[in-house]
Amino acid sequence: MPQYQSLSISNLNDFIYGRSPRPVRLKNGMEIGGGVVYPELNFTLPDMIIDATTLPEVRRQYTQMIREACNRAVELRAPGLQVEFELLPDQTLVPEWGAEVVRILRDTLDETQSRHGLKTALRVTPNDIREFTRPPLMRRGEYVENMFRSFTLCAEAGADFLSIESTGGKEIHDDAILNGDLAGAVFALGILASRDMAYLWDNIVDISRQYGVIPAGDTACGFGNTAMVLAEGRFIPRVWAAVIRVMTVPRSLVAYERGAQGPSKDCAYEGVYLKAITGCPIAMEGAEAACAHLSPVGNISRAVADLWSNESVNNVKLLGGMAPTVSLEQLVYATRVMNTAASHGAEAARSLQSWWVESDSTYDPQAFILRPNVALDLAAEIISEPTPYLRTRRAAIAAAERLRKANAEGQLSLSNIELRWLDRITRQAEQLPGDEEAFIDQMIKSVDTNKVRLEEYGLAG
Amino acid sequence: MDESLKPIFDGILEGQTSEVVSAVQNALQQGVDPAVILNDGMVAAMAEVGRLFEEGEYFVPEMLIAARAMQAGLSVLKPRLAQENVQAAGKVVAGTVKGDLHDIGKNLVCMMLEGAAFEIIDLGSDVPPEKFVEAVRESGANLVALSALLTTTMPNMQTTIEALKAAGLRDQVKVMVGGAPITETFARQIGADGYSPDASRAVALAKSLVAA
Repeated sequence: MPQYQSLSISNLNDFIYGRSPRPVRLKNGMEIGGGVVYPELNFTLPDMIIDATTLPEVRRQYTQMIREACNRAVELRAPGLQVEFELLPDQTLVPEWGAEVVRILRDTLDETQSRHGLKTALRVTPNDIREFTRPPLMRRGEYVENMFRSFTLCAEAGADFLSIESTGGKEIHDDAILNGDLAGAVFALGILASRDMAYLWDNIVDISRQYGVIPAGDTACGFGNTAMVLAEGRFIPRVWAAVIRVMTVPRSLVAYERGAQGPSKDCAYEGVYLKAITGCPIAMEGAEAACAHLSPVGNISRAVADLWSNESVNNVKLLGGMAPTVSLEQLVYATRVMNTAASHGAEAARSLQSWWVESDSTYDPQAFILRPNVALDLAAEIISEPTPYLRTRRAAIAAAERLRKANAEGQLSLSNIELRWLDRITRQAEQLPGDEEAFIDQMIKSVDTNKVRLEEYGLAG
Repeated sequence: MDESLKPIFDGILEGQTSEVVSAVQNALQQGVDPAVILNDGMVAAMAEVGRLFEEGEYFVPEMLIAARAMQAGLSVLKPRLAQENVQAAGKVVAGTVKGDLHDIGKNLVCMMLEGAAFEIIDLGSDVPPEKFVEAVRESGANLVALSALLTTTMPNMQTTIEALKAAGLRDQVKVMVGGAPITETFARQIGADGYSPDASRAVALAKSLVAA
């Protein structure tokens, strides 16, 4: 497996939406990262319980969502359509329930493709149900078995891509975010999460090979997006959320080092860095994902996207129609602009990209660190280090430094309170030892063992 | 403010745990009423922390440091409060409902309520209705705080309220609900007593519910 030591994209001019050095090609000829940006639609159930008695209604809901979305995609002449089915916890706890939905979606996507010629793809994302035991058992027990069985059954049922929002390390990362505890966050991401990713993705890649599906990638949603949402609510500083985002890169990169090929998941905003490092295509989300959560990166997140997603929307009626169909329409129009600009040549695409970047990047540090030029610089710094821990440590130091510089140069306007926090982050980062074992020894003494089982990560408890 | 309360107030604001502990000990030695220390010193300091948070001067990390300083002071004060039968602002059983593992929002609510002198019984996440019932019965709580983030777990809020009814405990407690998919309308539909759109507004809601 590759241990990335250099960037796959080093020239800013090559860092553009719709094109990746390592595009992913499906059997139907649909190519992600090959020049066209496709919409990726994600939808979920409305307010309802999932149990054996409600399964007929569950089937009806998914059938309605996929049929209406496919019809609208055909009417709008979308160049292709990727659908993501993110399993709800109950659909992973009982893997057969999730696999049945995969078959419903697959059948309709295949029918649409054969009747109307619309190229389609299906990403399936089982839920990381290991958290149902607290502290979680990461590598054994019924939840682990059912989670992997869910991957297997969904692959058998017709997934093209397998993804996950894995949560290893989140047991202590949540507290680290709320306490402004950089060492805790680095321990969670650089040690625990990265070790868990290696274990998890070895298994997901094996399952993918066995069933001929593509292992697509993981997202640090439970880490980076938790911080982003807390920053949106003014619960934590925006600079802290921005630094955390960059710190998620080494953790999510592990999936690719174990064999994932992309496209990275939509809510993995760290995908910008992953694309620069691995050359694999990425899904991203922004303004059209406001149906799921607010964000300060609505436009800039389009800059290097290969799939454009809505994150998730529940099946409720809006004035324009059912919400998933409405979302699909928004995505199709957004991707039309991207593909139209690209059809006018590389310069036109770069102009469009620069407008998105400029329109967001001065307002929020979380947007600033998604600037393609910033991502290339920071990604190069991150992979100059040899291990996930050292990469995470470097990510924190480099991101804080870059934000401070941007503020000094007027590219970003941070309040005094945010600047004080930036200093605090830097002070904490400078105290992180260069020796991983020394860091682990230091952290083990303070970790709350009621929340995390260190032995599940190969660490002595 | 009484001179002996100022170091308590300032210590909490600055999150200085050992200073708060000594200041509480000093105030008690000087004969200050424990209820006054609690309300005019500690709760007032946390109210100021809340104000600074509302104005964007403080974030949650500063609030947590302040809350820890308050808890340290409270551990010194508690035996005296018990002796003099001083009650907490309210007793809250909190949890994320069955099937839902999202607990950051609930944790923030607990932290803020604790800072406002509520006693918290935090049941964690994925909490079945019967566990809420058991906790209310055992603790004699007067408030239940339910959280959910998924559209497929929000119905479990109603199941929990119904379980409280079936156990004959519904009249003993007020129920407040919150979480990303929850609305005021939904809260009314399921028979909750109140809804808070975010953690920072949960304290005012809790105070109004226990005062009602």
